[in-house]
Amino acid sequence: MDDNRKIRFLVHDAADTVGVATGDIKAGESVRGVYMDTQEAIEVKALEDIPLGHKIALRQHAVGSSVIKYEHDIGKVVADISRGQHVHVHNLKTRRW
Amino acid sequence: MSPPRVEGFRRENGRVGVRNHVAIIPLDDLSNAACEAVGNNIKGTIAIPHSYGRLQFGEDLELFFRTMIGTGASPNVAAAVVIGIEPQWTNRIVEGIAATGKPVTGFSIERTGDIGTIAKASWQAKEYVHWASELRREECELSEIWVSTKCGESDTTSGLASNPTVGNAFDKLDAMGATLSFGETSEITGAEDVCAARAATPEVGRQFLEVWNEYNDFINANKTDDLSGSQPTKGNIRGGLTTIEEKAFGNLQKIGKKCKYVGVLKPAETPTGPGLWFMDTSSAAAEAVTLWAAGGFVAHLFPTGQGNIVGNPIIPVIKLSANPLTCETMSEHIDFDCSALLRGEMTFDEAGDRLLELLKRVVNGRLMANEVLGHREFVLTKLYRSA
Repeated sequence: MDDNRKIRFLVHDAADTVGVATGDIKAGESVRGVYMDTQEAIEVKALEDIPLGHKIALRQHAVGSSVIKYEHDIGKVVADISRGQHVHVHNLKTRRW
Repeated sequence: MSPPRVEGFRRENGRVGVRNHVAIIPLDDLSNAACEAVGNNIKGTIAIPHSYGRLQFGEDLELFFRTMIGTGASPNVAAAVVIGIEPQWTNRIVEGIAATGKPVTGFSIERTGDIGTIAKASWQAKEYVHWASELRREECELSEIWVSTKCGESDTTSGLASNPTVGNAFDKLDAMGATLSFGETSEITGAEDVCAARAATPEVGRQFLEVWNEYNDFINANKTDDLSGSQPTKGNIRGGLTTIEEKAFGNLQKIGKKCKYVGVLKPAETPTGPGLWFMDTSSAAAEAVTLWAAGGFVAHLFPTGQGNIVGNPIIPVIKLSANPLTCETMSEHIDFDCSALLRGEMTFDEAGDRLLELLKRVVNGRLMANEVLGHREFVLTKLYRSA
């Protein structure tokens, strides 16, 4: 498979706002992902390094909004997130506990 | 897949075991030394030391006895020797195990001392090993093998691939009429309503929410922060999991798409019939696997992301991982590398079938990585302080 056609991240559901890197992604790379439910492809330019297993934002998230994964709210955004940025403990917190 | 026939050890009470241990079980912390001495004297036995059994009371004491009796009563145990500091609680464990019909004898240390007790218990253990060594596996149905599951050191690859692989296998085992269990009460947090909706009846769903609420209240009463670093663990976070909600939805992938749980079990409680059961457990691997083994489950499916290496003294803990880094850097711990799922080179149906094929080999006698590497973590769940 041509390298730029290779699947570099997976998205659980069409409603999700993040994907999961299936290998290390470098800042500046345009990477291709696939929605696991519909098998549709999506392309995103990574603004930051995204390590294997970490999340890449598929859209803009404002502070106070939710990140959606598995079609469900997985926490509140605590710092603005742009499409292509790394989503993790620095910008996403639990709504529980 | 081939017809699900396997060979296991048919016990006196009709249950099927996949291992043939002679267990040396201490009533209490004080009796660990004697049990380990017997375990060392008599090859083919397994001593199961632990830290408790003194001055426990109430529900905590009941859970203690349920766990110790359940461990000895496991179909993976052919015969058991129990050693305690005094005879009365020792006999309570002996009688609980004897109810299964299997050979069991108790010894107490007071008025004899360690050395005399070790000698007597070693003679008995030697007889049991000779006897157990002649027991043979018999053909049985795969559905007679009780299987539990929990995940550990999860990361996002767990929710993407290794947990749904277990889910695929659980859907197939459930359709065969197997007895199955999942749990990890605190780790359902964020997905509790989705989990409640997976109950076979609204009443069972309400029972689950009652148990979950009680655990959540306990966490809220004792927490000092948002639990970040504990639940999710530091390993979870390193692997890319950010919040408990994200971890919870990944966790639930293990119960597949079709099967519904038929009841809610207390920790270490034995199910009363086939189907999928929710057991109230902590999410700490060794504590939870110990509870399932004591509840009568004889094999455990354990998906891991970052590489939890847990084992158990009496039940095989079958490890699968889809994280290519984990499968490469700690391959000696991983029994099934399902990272091909992430590359789109394997379907979930294929992954589930391969896991069931591996389970059949485990039942037939193949040892898993945790057994070969000597991972025998046995950890009692303590509900509160001793008196």
